[in-house]
Amino acid sequence: MSQASTDIVRISGHAGTVPGAGLNREFTVCKLVDTTTCIGCKACEVACLEWNGYTFTETTFDNTYQTMPETAWNYWNLIKFNEHENEDGNLMLLMRKDQCMHCADPGCLAACPSDAAIVQYANGIVDFQEANCIGCGYCITGCPFNIPKFSPKARKVFKCTLCNDRVSQGLEPACIKTCPTGCLHFGTKAEMKELAETRAKQLRDNSGYRKAGVYDPSGVGGTHVIYVLHDATNPEAYGGLPKNPRVPVMVRLWKHPLKWIGNIGIVFGALGVFVHYLRFGPKVVKEDKQNGGAQ
Amino acid sequence: MIRGKYLLPNGRVLRYSFHERMIHWIAGISYLYLLLSGLAFWSPWLFWIAIVLGGGTVARELHPWFGVIFSIAVVLMYGMWGKQMKETPADKRWWAQIRHYIRNEDDKMPPADRFNPGQKLLFWGFFVNGLLLLLTGLILWLPQYVPWNLRVLRLAAIFLHPVFALFTIALFIIHVYMGTAMERGAFGSVIRGDVSRAWADHHHHSWLQQVLREEESPGKTGGD
Repeated sequence: MSQASTDIVRISGHAGTVPGAGLNREFTVCKLVDTTTCIGCKACEVACLEWNGYTFTETTFDNTYQTMPETAWNYWNLIKFNEHENEDGNLMLLMRKDQCMHCADPGCLAACPSDAAIVQYANGIVDFQEANCIGCGYCITGCPFNIPKFSPKARKVFKCTLCNDRVSQGLEPACIKTCPTGCLHFGTKAEMKELAETRAKQLRDNSGYRKAGVYDPSGVGGTHVIYVLHDATNPEAYGGLPKNPRVPVMVRLWKHPLKWIGNIGIVFGALGVFVHYLRFGPKVVKEDKQNGGAQ
Repeated sequence: MIRGKYLLPNGRVLRYSFHERMIHWIAGISYLYLLLSGLAFWSPWLFWIAIVLGGGTVARELHPWFGVIFSIAVVLMYGMWGKQMKETPADKRWWAQIRHYIRNEDDKMPPADRFNPGQKLLFWGFFVNGLLLLLTGLILWLPQYVPWNLRVLRLAAIFLHPVFALFTIALFIIHVYMGTAMERGAFGSVIRGDVSRAWADHHHHSWLQQVLREEESPGKTGGD
């Protein structure tokens, strides 16, 4: 937690107030991933490992260039390679840098029961505080993007921090810093959105990608990692990017109606038996009294 | 105490054997831990309970293991009491008169067997919800092993586990209230094992009659 506490706008599993809702001026940051200019060099994967200090792990060969099937607790940045056949029969190699999307409405944070294990900063970064993580894995279930991963060693959950430690010091994330093609950009959400829309328009107008567009899903309130896709109508083709991600309805039902029904039920149940005792008292066994109340 | 001998000196009647009491308290104590740690994860306003129980991480590690102990105790209870908890036609008449039971007008109640229909409901409520809590709990215990394409199981468990727990909490509140405050002598019966003959006659008339018959002509087993 390298930022001032007034930057915190949301805290998981937290009773009471949150220090920093709307208190300071803070730009909302955003990572822009232009999948149309990614060459799949994986420099971002290496930079992520380097900056965060994780060791290189064995890769899984599955007849693609992909390093492993999905991100891991110590591998937060993974380029997903997908061979995709176009409508016109042409083959495309789609490459998408997969990492935490830093949702404006994070499902992980909604599901987390542990006080301050997940915090959302005013700049949009959603960060895990492993010191407060109890390792229940509810965030794994709450995330619509399959990002949080459990470390069997630490028995806690880890994910991309959007280089919170770098960003809070005015640096760009490690993956952005290293990208050789300029397919990764970093700036304010407004700037990145504008740049993404401009690029998508360029693709539609000049490059024949008529369905090109920006992926910034509204179901989770928008994300602080956005994509430019050749075909924004089919995000699933890019290694399973969900079309309309949202905080799972089961998490919502549990956190809102069920919680209130349950709390009211428990309180009234306990009050109910107390009132019953006041009204009717204990069950008295007659003859026992004659025997000196032997019970 | 010799098993099978129910009538004790001083007009006492053996209601729960040592074996029954042990299993009851294994279930009881493990449930208490499950309830407290579960409530800590249920609401941020109750997360302090996890701190009292040694911290959130400890509570999260231990909760599933206590769940395993509780489940074993519930299965043992099924073996021990399952037959006696079978619903009988007389139970319907008992439920029809439940308002008298609530108002402590016990003389208007049909005589109860070793377990009255309310106790049977408690038993089956805990048995069924216990098994469902075990199933959903296993998913919540090891969510990292539930693959992404089966995540619907995790989503169902995250919602259903507290639902089943709430059912047991309802039963638990009534059980603790009745066992301690409402029915004097009931708590002692599950600690020391015995009750007065008057207590047995008042609360479990049919059972006492059966015990008396057996003591006269030993051979058949009634309780235990």
